[in-house]
Amino acid sequence: MENLVQEAIQNVNLQAIMPSLVLCVFGMVLLMVSVFSKRGSTTHVAWLSIVALVVTGFVSLSGWNNPQAGFAGSVLLDNFATFFSMICLVAAGLTILMSDDYLRREGFPVSEYYPLILFTTAGAMWMASGTDLMTIFLGLEVLSVSLYVLAGFFRTQTRSNEAGLKYFFLGAFSTGFLLYGVALLYAVTGTTKIDGIAAYVQANPASAMNTMFIAGGLLLLVGFLFKIAAAPFHMWTPDVYQGAPTPITAFMSAGPKAAAFAALMRVTIVGLEGLQSELTALFWVLAVLTMTVGNFIALSQKDLKRMLAYSSISHAGYAMVGLVAWNEIGLSAILFYMLVYTFMNMGAFAVLILIGKKGEDNLTLDGIAGLGYKKPILGVVLTIFLFSLMGLPPTAGFIGKFYIFSGAIKAGYIWLAVLGVLNSAVSLYYYLRVMVQMYFKDPEEDFSWVTINVPTAISIIISVVGVLYLGIVPGSVIQLAKLAGF
Amino acid sequence: MITVNHYMLLSAILFSIGTFGVLTRKNAIVIFMCIEVMLNSVNLTFIAVSRHVGNMDGQIFVFFVMTVAAAEAAVGLALMIAFFRNSDSIDVDDFNMLKW
Repeated sequence: MENLVQEAIQNVNLQAIMPSLVLCVFGMVLLMVSVFSKRGSTTHVAWLSIVALVVTGFVSLSGWNNPQAGFAGSVLLDNFATFFSMICLVAAGLTILMSDDYLRREGFPVSEYYPLILFTTAGAMWMASGTDLMTIFLGLEVLSVSLYVLAGFFRTQTRSNEAGLKYFFLGAFSTGFLLYGVALLYAVTGTTKIDGIAAYVQANPASAMNTMFIAGGLLLLVGFLFKIAAAPFHMWTPDVYQGAPTPITAFMSAGPKAAAFAALMRVTIVGLEGLQSELTALFWVLAVLTMTVGNFIALSQKDLKRMLAYSSISHAGYAMVGLVAWNEIGLSAILFYMLVYTFMNMGAFAVLILIGKKGEDNLTLDGIAGLGYKKPILGVVLTIFLFSLMGLPPTAGFIGKFYIFSGAIKAGYIWLAVLGVLNSAVSLYYYLRVMVQMYFKDPEEDFSWVTINVPTAISIIISVVGVLYLGIVPGSVIQLAKLAGF
Repeated sequence: MITVNHYMLLSAILFSIGTFGVLTRKNAIVIFMCIEVMLNSVNLTFIAVSRHVGNMDGQIFVFFVMTVAAAEAAVGLALMIAFFRNSDSIDVDDFNMLKW
């Protein structure tokens, strides 16, 4: 008994969870701060959350090139985890910056909002660094439970309630599948550690063809594919994205999605390596299905948040192309693409937050007619983000797509790359339609309610700089993404 | 003699009942109970397998699943109450504000 305790203590290594630990402590302290704050004053909690994210960012960066394993091999803070943690931290930071004014406009200045974002981020970081299905599951749930609350945060608005409930039911349902998958894999291999599963399959190659193993692997994938909103598990995305508070929509499409990609990559590339040929065939179909479904349904959308939701589905499809390629370029391209997507998508949402009225009923195609003349700067900025979402040079979206498709071509998936490029061509239509509305329609309204507030402006500036920097001089970040790959 | 296979079969049946219930029921609370049945069938699998293969990982996993299920219940019921206050219903057919 004494020995067991000794061994357990030696195995802990708090260094391996330090970033998320710091973030959680900050989150709990901020919860207390909000209890003792005057009702309706949230700005100081917002800025303290930014401080928390910056501190966590530095703690996290200290793990670069200095991998730490801990908790008996169930957590591994390597470059891969650090890269994804940084994406999540950037996403959370941009979200908090664009939230403060938004919450006041919508009449919900409740400061518990910010600690919840911090907890979500901590969960995302656990998912990225988990090497045991147990840790990944816990990270996923910390992330999801906080996001359910955030999606339904405007509790007196039926729309937000409905978004929260839909997300909750479908999320819990998919968690059930994920868990049953873990249980079946455990039944076959006798372990929940990702490398343990891989080692078992290597030692018993026949087991990879075992029905129970395949069923377990597939059920596990359902859980992750749900979180990254891949077709055919995307049905919740448009409803939840439309009903949730807009900054949370932006956050959901960037941070949690990146974390789910991280966990999916670690589980498939490391754990289910034995099923590589079957999995690449499966991902091929899913990638094509996801981008096609996302792009074609987006064509008929009038509501801008809903259109961006479908666009986010299609972008998950592009990123999955890197998983099909299953080579160094493809995998590091996913990391790069997730970072790029964070900047361009959150930037677009930040502009939408600025032009929305209370209740946001004017965020439709007709509602932004003539925006480019009345608010020229916002028009130009939104144009940059849309260019990047389309994948046109000199923006980051172009480099990201180019990099991902070149990985697929290198692995011999020419047709997949062709279908991806064709899909991007389809997406031009609905992104360009937004620009046509902005620049070629006469303004029906004067947009006098649009006021630029400093925090949101900062988040837009950061996003613009990110999109242009990664689009014009991507070399150094691509290098980092390569170092972060497996 | 009851072997691990019997437990696996039982949990598969429970999981299917839960899935079927989620897909067919209309009342949000009943759907939530069906999800709980799914999670508990997973717990049963974990415990039976843990006993069978002779390590404790599965049993520890069950503690986490139960904790998470409790947290989910708290959040889920709160969301349902918020929805009920606004629309006097917890029927999933009334989740119809958002659609294409």
